[in-house]
Amino acid sequence: MREVGIVGVGHPRFGKYEGSLMSMLCEAAVEALDDAGIKTGEGHGVDQVLVSTMGGSQVNRQTGVASALVDTLNLRPAMAETVENGPASGASAVKLGYMAIASGMCDVVLVVGGERMRVLSGWEATDFVATMSHPEAEYAYGLTLPSFAGMFTRLIMEKYGVTERDLAMVSVKNHENAMFNPSAHIQLAPKLEAITEDEDALTINPYVAEPLHVYDVCPVSDGAAAVVLCALDVKERFARKPVKIAGIGQATDTHVVAEREVPTDLFAVRHAAQRAYDMAGLQPQDIDVAELHDAFTILEIVESEEVGFFPRGEGHLAVRRGETQIGGRIPINTSGGLKAKGHPLGATGVSQIIELVKQLRGEADGRQVKDAKAGLAVNFGGFGNNVVATILTREEE
Amino acid sequence: MALLDKMEAQLRPVETPMVPYPAKYITQASGEKLVVHQVDRDAVPRLLEAVQPLTTVQKDFYDVVAARVVSELVGWLRYRVKDEYCLVGTVNGEIVGLVNGRMLTDKVGMSYHTLAIKQGLRLGAQLFAAKMEYHMDFLKQDEVWVVAESPNGFKRWMIEYELEPRFEQWHELGGVPTYVLTRKLWEKHKEAKCGGRRPVPEDLLNVAKQMILPSTYGQIPGYKRGE
Repeated sequence: MREVGIVGVGHPRFGKYEGSLMSMLCEAAVEALDDAGIKTGEGHGVDQVLVSTMGGSQVNRQTGVASALVDTLNLRPAMAETVENGPASGASAVKLGYMAIASGMCDVVLVVGGERMRVLSGWEATDFVATMSHPEAEYAYGLTLPSFAGMFTRLIMEKYGVTERDLAMVSVKNHENAMFNPSAHIQLAPKLEAITEDEDALTINPYVAEPLHVYDVCPVSDGAAAVVLCALDVKERFARKPVKIAGIGQATDTHVVAEREVPTDLFAVRHAAQRAYDMAGLQPQDIDVAELHDAFTILEIVESEEVGFFPRGEGHLAVRRGETQIGGRIPINTSGGLKAKGHPLGATGVSQIIELVKQLRGEADGRQVKDAKAGLAVNFGGFGNNVVATILTREEE
Repeated sequence: MALLDKMEAQLRPVETPMVPYPAKYITQASGEKLVVHQVDRDAVPRLLEAVQPLTTVQKDFYDVVAARVVSELVGWLRYRVKDEYCLVGTVNGEIVGLVNGRMLTDKVGMSYHTLAIKQGLRLGAQLFAAKMEYHMDFLKQDEVWVVAESPNGFKRWMIEYELEPRFEQWHELGGVPTYVLTRKLWEKHKEAKCGGRRPVPEDLLNVAKQMILPSTYGQIPGYKRGE
């Protein structure tokens, strides 16, 4: 199997986008192509374009998005497919791009993830995201992702002693990281005391789905992110030195959350990460930086246990000790995470991988993890029923 | 007094004495303090300068809200509205939003507008709560009539406060559907919605009273005051 790397990244700022889904995707794609030194038009050399979006058809009323993007960017006759795998669409698309190159079918693949969600009101967005839940057993009863997360958090708190303050510490850390990331949606650093213990804390940080507060939940964001993948045996064609995709793992779990044997376990995260470690020949202790899918702050804590960074039930203790901060034992969500950088569904998995590329290139500016050599990203679909883990490593001279 | 001045004076409403709103401050997520204080007519020209740039922003109905606020403030300044008041929110002395309204009767409040100039800190929600607090806890009214121009307002006021629909009563803002905050609803939601501490430390209040004009507006990309 051929080895695959990333030679170009594009990540315009997440937030509110006034243009169309297509123009947003194009901006990210052009930035990534420029980074790789690829010119569009005749002789561009891009064999395949993959676009990850969860709501392109449902929210933005556009289908065949990848075909349209290829033509808009003048990348004909590249192959084109649109990938939909819930909030894990982005990492799924990167996985498919990897497979296309590793199989020998392609040399160069452009992956663009994007979502334009802010055309929806807050509750419409919540409803749209809830369509990934089980239609008869969950959605029909009004269950939403925040409500799932609230119940999940309550169980974790009772079982392991996690507190609301622990969750707020995750939020504050990620917001502080986002202050160093110009691509992040939210550029505001909340103070821990202000959102937890201050007399006005409940006014400025009310419950969304008890015990989760506003500062425990990711915002609704527009955004696009793009990467250029290439076979390492053709890396000389490109302007940038590749970051290697060393391992990819994916796993699924029951669609109906209530059918899980242990409702506090994230089985698919554990298995996806293990598969990625096995493929990369690495172990959790070899990872220097991680992007974990913190759509809700509790998920960062539990995922950090499932991927093997900390023993089960001790992720929150590591947060208290500062081990997940930049400069700590294993910095998590240096980009700001979904919590502060934003969570435009189809873009998120690609965005996480871009953060790892920047860290491994040494281009993460004020949020740089010193001498990072290996990074792990976990992109979490549904309420953990489809998870993709990706490991990147720095190519040594 | 000249005849014209006498005629003008007859056009002015008879004002009802209103107890003042005591200033308060609310600690924001950033750690900064939002100070909410009542202003008098003298503040109107400055407030107009703060509000006017938003009269062209269509997004989230800022244009309607800002244009009406301008009209209401000028009406108040020129003595053409009875029993109006205005509360201003400042952070580090900068105007970040305002709310206004008036007493329709001694028992009924008429909520006019909530204008959040600075976005992203839920300031509008805090200022709206301060306005309801003024009507209910200080003016001791039985109910407040409320309308919303934007879906955001509808979500924050009508849904979150569970306001009572009372469409047969026409609000002064154009006869759009009227919703009512009753005392019972206020008592139900007050604790969760209405924060703040009193008294405001003198130095903090002095800074708030500077009412510095916003130099930029998130709603207007590229705007810089004076350019």
